[in-house]
Amino acid sequence: MSAELGHLALALAMLCGVCLAVFPSIGVWRRDVRLMGMASPAAYWQLLLVMVAFVCLIENFISHDFSNQLVASHSNRDLPFWYRVAASWGSHEGSMLLWILMLACWTAALAARSSNLPQTMRARVLAVLGAVSIGFYLFALLTSNPFERVVPAPINGRDLNPLLQDPGMVFHPPLLYMGYVGFAVAFAFAIAGLIEGRFDSAWARWVRPWTNVAWGFLSLGICLGSFWAYYELGWGGWWFWDPVENASFMPWLTGTALIHSLAVTEKRGNFRSWTVLLAIMSFSLSLLGTFLVRSGVLTSVHAFATDPTRGVFILIFLCIVIGGSLSLYAARAHKVHATQAYSLLSRESLLLANNIVMVVAMFAVLLGTLYPLVLDSLDMGKISVGPPYFDAVFVPLMLPALFLMAVGPLARWRDAPVLPLVQRMRWAFAASLVIGLLLPLTASSSYKPMTALGLMMAFWVAGGVGMAAIENMKTPSGGIDVSRLSLQPGSWWGMQVAHLGVAAFVVGVTLVNSYEIEIEKKLLPGDVLKIDDRLSLRYAETSGRKGPNYEAIQVRFELLRDNQVVGELRPEKRRYKASSMVMTEAGIKRSLLGDLYISLGEAVDGGWVTRVQQKPAVNWIWIGVLFMGLGGFWAAADARYRRRRVALTKHAVIDVSSRSGEVSG
Amino acid sequence: MSRWIKAGLPLGLFVVIAWFLLKGLDRNPREIPSPLINKAAPREVLEGLDFLEVGAQTLKVNDLKGQVWLLNVWGSWCSGCQVEHPLLNRLAAEKLLPIVGLAWKDAPAQSRDWLSKLGNPYAMVLMDLQGKAAIEWGVYGAPETFLIDKDNKVRFKHVGPLSAEIIDKQLRPMIEQLKR
Repeated sequence: MSAELGHLALALAMLCGVCLAVFPSIGVWRRDVRLMGMASPAAYWQLLLVMVAFVCLIENFISHDFSNQLVASHSNRDLPFWYRVAASWGSHEGSMLLWILMLACWTAALAARSSNLPQTMRARVLAVLGAVSIGFYLFALLTSNPFERVVPAPINGRDLNPLLQDPGMVFHPPLLYMGYVGFAVAFAFAIAGLIEGRFDSAWARWVRPWTNVAWGFLSLGICLGSFWAYYELGWGGWWFWDPVENASFMPWLTGTALIHSLAVTEKRGNFRSWTVLLAIMSFSLSLLGTFLVRSGVLTSVHAFATDPTRGVFILIFLCIVIGGSLSLYAARAHKVHATQAYSLLSRESLLLANNIVMVVAMFAVLLGTLYPLVLDSLDMGKISVGPPYFDAVFVPLMLPALFLMAVGPLARWRDAPVLPLVQRMRWAFAASLVIGLLLPLTASSSYKPMTALGLMMAFWVAGGVGMAAIENMKTPSGGIDVSRLSLQPGSWWGMQVAHLGVAAFVVGVTLVNSYEIEIEKKLLPGDVLKIDDRLSLRYAETSGRKGPNYEAIQVRFELLRDNQVVGELRPEKRRYKASSMVMTEAGIKRSLLGDLYISLGEAVDGGWVTRVQQKPAVNWIWIGVLFMGLGGFWAAADARYRRRRVALTKHAVIDVSSRSGEVSG
Repeated sequence: MSRWIKAGLPLGLFVVIAWFLLKGLDRNPREIPSPLINKAAPREVLEGLDFLEVGAQTLKVNDLKGQVWLLNVWGSWCSGCQVEHPLLNRLAAEKLLPIVGLAWKDAPAQSRDWLSKLGNPYAMVLMDLQGKAAIEWGVYGAPETFLIDKDNKVRFKHVGPLSAEIIDKQLRPMIEQLKR
C-alpha cells in the first residue's frame, strides 16, 4: 500500500512544483502580491509531500516489501537495518528521489528564511527552483519510478551491492546531494538576478550564505566519499580521478571560485558576470554529473545500471536548463557589467586570479573526463585518461593558487602596494621556506624537491592565516590581545579555518605521495614482515567469522615495535551470501602520523598474498577537507546575514572591514 | 561585437559539449576494440599447441587455411563460458563453420570432463596451458570469440558470453557474407 501512497505523494509534489513555478511568476508579471505569496506555501507543501514519498520508500525497504521492484533488487532479508535505510538511495531511482527531497528541502528552507528579500526577487527565485524541480519530477515519474511493483513478489531480494554496505553509504550520498542540489539556490538567484537585472551587493549578500552552506556540504560529501573509497575499495588510494569523482569535483572547483567571487561582488560590486556565470556553471556541472553517472556514456565504478532513454531525458533536461540559462546570460550579460577600478595588485586582482585558476582547473578535469568520449565520438579510437594526466595538469595549476591564497586575505581592496605586503608577509615566507626545505631532511628516504615545495606551500598558507590572526590581535597601543579575535565576524573565521584546512590537506597529500611504502608479499601463519627499522608485522592467526549477511575469513596480524606487540590489525575477505560477491575489507591502524593499511589478496598454500601499505599523514587529507567544509558553515553563520535591516548592516560591515582590512570568506 | 562573442562564449562551449554527450549516448564505453580486427590472425601460434583428446580429431590447424572459422576461448573454470555453451552447441550442429576451442589455462582432465558433461561443439580443442597463445591473440577474458575469414584476417571479436541476439544479428550475417 505504501508504495502507491508514495507514488501518489510524488505526483502531488510535482503539482506543487508546477504551482511554485507558475503562480509566483504570473504574480510578478501582474504585480499581484497574493499570487507571489503562493510561493511559500507551495514550497512547504512540496517538501511535505516529497517527505511522505521518501518515508514510504524507506518503509518499503525496512519492512522487506519485495513486491516493490526497487526493494527486490537492492535489499535482502539479512540486510542490517541501517543498510536497508541507506539502500533506499543505493539505486538510480532511489537516489533520484533523494535528489528531489534535497531540492525540496533547500526550496522550503529558502522560503522560510527569505522574508528579508524584496517580494519580486523572492517570488522569482522560488519559481526558478520550482521549475528546476519539475524536470526532476518528470524524470523520476516517467523514467525512474521508485515505486514500481513486481508481481508476483519474490520471496527474497537480490541484496544491496556489498560495496555499498558500509556506514559511508548512510552519510555520503545525502551530504553530497545536499551540496550538489544546494548550488540550485545560487543558480536560482543568478537567473532571478538576470531577469530582474539586479546584481548589487545586497543581491550578493543574499546568495552568499546559501552558497557557502552548499559548498560546505559538497566538501563534506566529497571528503566522506574519498575516505570511504580509501578503506572500502582495498587499494589504499584516496582519489582515483574516476569520472564520477570528477563529476563531484568540478562543481566543487567552480563553487570555490563562486564563493570567492561573491565576496568581491558583495564588497566592491565587481565581478558580477563572473559571479553569475560561476553560479550557473556550478549547478550545470552538478547536472552534468547526474548525466554522466546515469547515462552510461563513461565507464566508472560508480555508474548506475544504465538505460538509454534516461540518458536522452537527462540530456534534454540538461539542454533546457543549461542552454536556457546560458542564453539568458548571453542576452543580459552586458547589463550586469559594472566595474570599479582596481589596481594590478589588490585583493580584487588576487581573487580574479583565483577565479581563473579554479575555472581552468575545472576545464582541465572536464577535458580529462570527456576526452575518451570525444575521441570515441569522432571515431578516433578508445582511450582512457588516468591519474598521470590529472596529476600533470593539476599540480602546476594549484601551486600558484596556493601561493596567492596566503596573500589574498592580507591584501587591501582596490590597491595593495607591494612593499608593505612583502613586509607583512616576510616572516611567514621565511618560516615556510626554512620548514619546507629542512623538514624533508629528517625523513630516512632520499630528498625530493617536490616534497619540499609541497610543504613550503602548506606552511606558507598556514603562515598567511597566522599573520592574519596576529594582525587582528594587535591592540591600538601595539600590544597583543588574543581576545580581540572574537571581534572578527563569522566570515573571517570561516575563511581562516577553511584556509587552514587547505594547508592541512596539502601536508597530507605531500607526505603520503612522497613517503608511502607498499610491500606485497606472501605471508604464512607465524611469518614476520619487517616494515622499517623498528616496525614489523606478525601473521598471528586465521579465523572464520559470521556477519549478518556474509561469511568472512579474518587474519589477525600483530603489530610489533622493537619486538613488543603494540597493536593488531584484522583484514578480512568477505563473501556476501545473496550475491556471492567477494569483498576485501582492509585492516587499518590509524593515527595522525599515518596509517598502516593491510589488505588480503589471493589465498595461497594456507597463507595470503598480503599487501601492506604505510601511509604517512594520510588522515590530514580528510581532516583538511573537513576544516574547509566547517569553514563554509562558519562563514554562512555570520551574524550580518541574519539581520533584517539590510542598509544598516552594509555600512556596519564596511566599517569593520576598513578598520581591520580583513573581511572576506 | 566582441561583447556578444564574450557573452555567447559559454553557450557555444556548452553546445559543443552537449553534441558530444549526445554522440556518446549510443556508444558503449565498455566495448573493447581488438587491435587484431582486419589484421592477420596469429594462427601459427596455435600450431604449436597440443590437442585435447576428445573423441576423434577431425581437423588440423593447417586445414583452417582458406576457411572461415571461429575461435572460442574458454575454460572449465569460467562461468560465462557455461552460459554461452548451449549456443555454441547449436551453432556447431548447423555445420556452418568449424569452431575451434582454445582451452585457456585449464587442466586437461577438467576440460575433458566439462565437454563430456555439456557437449562438445568444437572441431578441435587446443590446450593453452600457460596462456601464451591467448596473449598473442590479445585475449581480454574468457569467454572470448574471434571470427577469422578465408584470408586469415580477424573480422569480428566478442568479449564475454555470446548471446542468441549477437549470434543471429551480428555473427551469422557476417559468416554468410564471408563464406561467399
